Amino acid sequence: MTHNSESLLPSAAVAPPPTASAPGRKRSLQQRRARAAWVLVAPALILLFAVAGWPLLRTLFYSFTDAAMDTPEEYNFVGLANYLDFADGERFGVLADPLWWQAVGNTLWFTACSVSLELFFGMLLALLMNEKFRGQGLVRAAILVPWAIPTIVTAKMWGWMFHDQYGVINDLLLRVGLIETPLAWIAEPTLSMWAVVIADVWKTVPFMALMLLAALQMIPSDLYEAARVDGATAWQRFRRITLPLIMPAMIVALIFRVMDALRVFDLIYVLTSNSEATISISGYAREQMVSFQEMGVGSAASVLVFMMVAGIAACFLWINRFSHEGKEARE
Amino acid sequence: MKLTRQQRELGTKFWIYLAALVVSVICVFPFYNAILTSLRTGQDLFLTSYLPTTFHWENYVSALGENGVGRSLLNSFLVATIAVGICLLVSITAAFALARVRFRGRKYILFTILCVSMFPQVAVLSGMFELVRFLGLYDSIGSLILSYTTFSLPFTVWVLTTFMRSLPVELEEAAIVDGASLWVIITKIFAPIMGPSLVTTGLLAFIGAWNEFMFALTFIISNENRTVPVAIGMLQGTSQYELPWGHIMAASVVVTIPIIVLVLIFQKRIVSGLTAGAVKG
Repeated sequence: MTHNSESLLPSAAVAPPPTASAPGRKRSLQQRRARAAWVLVAPALILLFAVAGWPLLRTLFYSFTDAAMDTPEEYNFVGLANYLDFADGERFGVLADPLWWQAVGNTLWFTACSVSLELFFGMLLALLMNEKFRGQGLVRAAILVPWAIPTIVTAKMWGWMFHDQYGVINDLLLRVGLIETPLAWIAEPTLSMWAVVIADVWKTVPFMALMLLAALQMIPSDLYEAARVDGATAWQRFRRITLPLIMPAMIVALIFRVMDALRVFDLIYVLTSNSEATISISGYAREQMVSFQEMGVGSAASVLVFMMVAGIAACFLWINRFSHEGKEARE
Repeated sequence: MKLTRQQRELGTKFWIYLAALVVSVICVFPFYNAILTSLRTGQDLFLTSYLPTTFHWENYVSALGENGVGRSLLNSFLVATIAVGICLLVSITAAFALARVRFRGRKYILFTILCVSMFPQVAVLSGMFELVRFLGLYDSIGSLILSYTTFSLPFTVWVLTTFMRSLPVELEEAAIVDGASLWVIITKIFAPIMGPSLVTTGLLAFIGAWNEFMFALTFIISNENRTVPVAIGMLQGTSQYELPWGHIMAASVVVTIPIIVLVLIFQKRIVSGLTAGAVKG
């Protein structure tokens, strides 16, 4: 065993017989392990910095320039003009663009609607899967299908089902008698966002349900038996036992889903072709960047997207930490 | 009317089975509908019948051949496999260090990794575009391998770290006493027992890479380098009067079946992998 002289020296200075000192040896082992740990983590950190961190900094840099997508090498600094600029009494920049604010509204609306519907249906589904019944394996296989289907395929499938003339949705609604004339789900601005939300909920409820189910299965069953003996109703059992115990897992699942919903792009891009009524903030930024070749403006929008998502994430983490501290204080 | 206990239980059972049936139908129906459509051509497409009427396989032939979805399948397979391979290699060492070694900065690294996993892809798009052009990878699948490797990393490191933490400490203590180096501990002790979790994590990362759309749409411009999601997103009819839904659905079914088969084979593992990061973390 070759000892690293650097890590051995300080302990040797304090304790004269270096080989016999047990704490000294332990520390050097600890130190060597810590050093090796950095070497082991290094490739991952380097990759993350080079391909995620550095591009993020460059995006920030480009957001202060007027670079175009085809010639990113030629640029001039324009300060904050891509964000907001005043010229001749008029306002320019992303923050003055009504479409940006429309995209912000769309994204927040989409996130709020789809995540709350997912939570509701996911909870119902998890409670169902937590019951014992025959054919459970089949149902679990079935609910994994929407999760497994690629988002683009989901978008195309639902696009076809929402087709105004030949779509299945209109056909079913007509047969049941809920509507009298076919609806233009994709083209009608008031309906198109619902089409997006429905497709997204269909795809992501399984994820939510599986998360909640895993938490449900960790609740010891004697808690329910005790509550039943005490005469608690089903709702009381859910409200007083189930909900508090699965809360931590639920919050984590919620954070995952909110972060995911805030950066939605592919579903909307394919299902409604980024129409004004449904365009998301990610879609807006990419449209500026790629369709209009405005790398500077697009980067500015990207930075705003990043700040918005990071801000919401920070709020969540803060709330989560707050509730954790409260829990630890009680224990 | 008062129900007997038996009747009440029967009633509960009835509702459970009914709910299970409804859930299953809702989950599977859109895909079933896609398969139905993919087997129809011409005027049949406009039938709204819920049972198979005709079996035309032409859609599959033309989707795979003429529309280049076959080529995209190969691209997607290459990109996802290589990216996940590199990613697992890099993340198993990182996960070992993060899960089993106490060192300063560990918490910060884990936190950074968690943050990166919540990154909106669009935030790095223009910087990444520059990087990809600088490396000469624009319009080649190399650009996607690079980006997918990096953006799967946070997830795989996180899940593998959770898995590794659950292994008993005694495992490596014996090896440390015997003077085994960290490298030996990782390759000889951890890698073999990590096999199942590596499969799970790899599979989830593979599905993520298979489905990615934004980078694939932005960094690839030529038809022959496209991956599956972009190829399907871009499918158009051969003439403007023809509704290409038959082709689109055929292509959708083709690219979805491998994933569904994988998921159903490994369903228990996938569920444990999906929930590992969240419930315990």
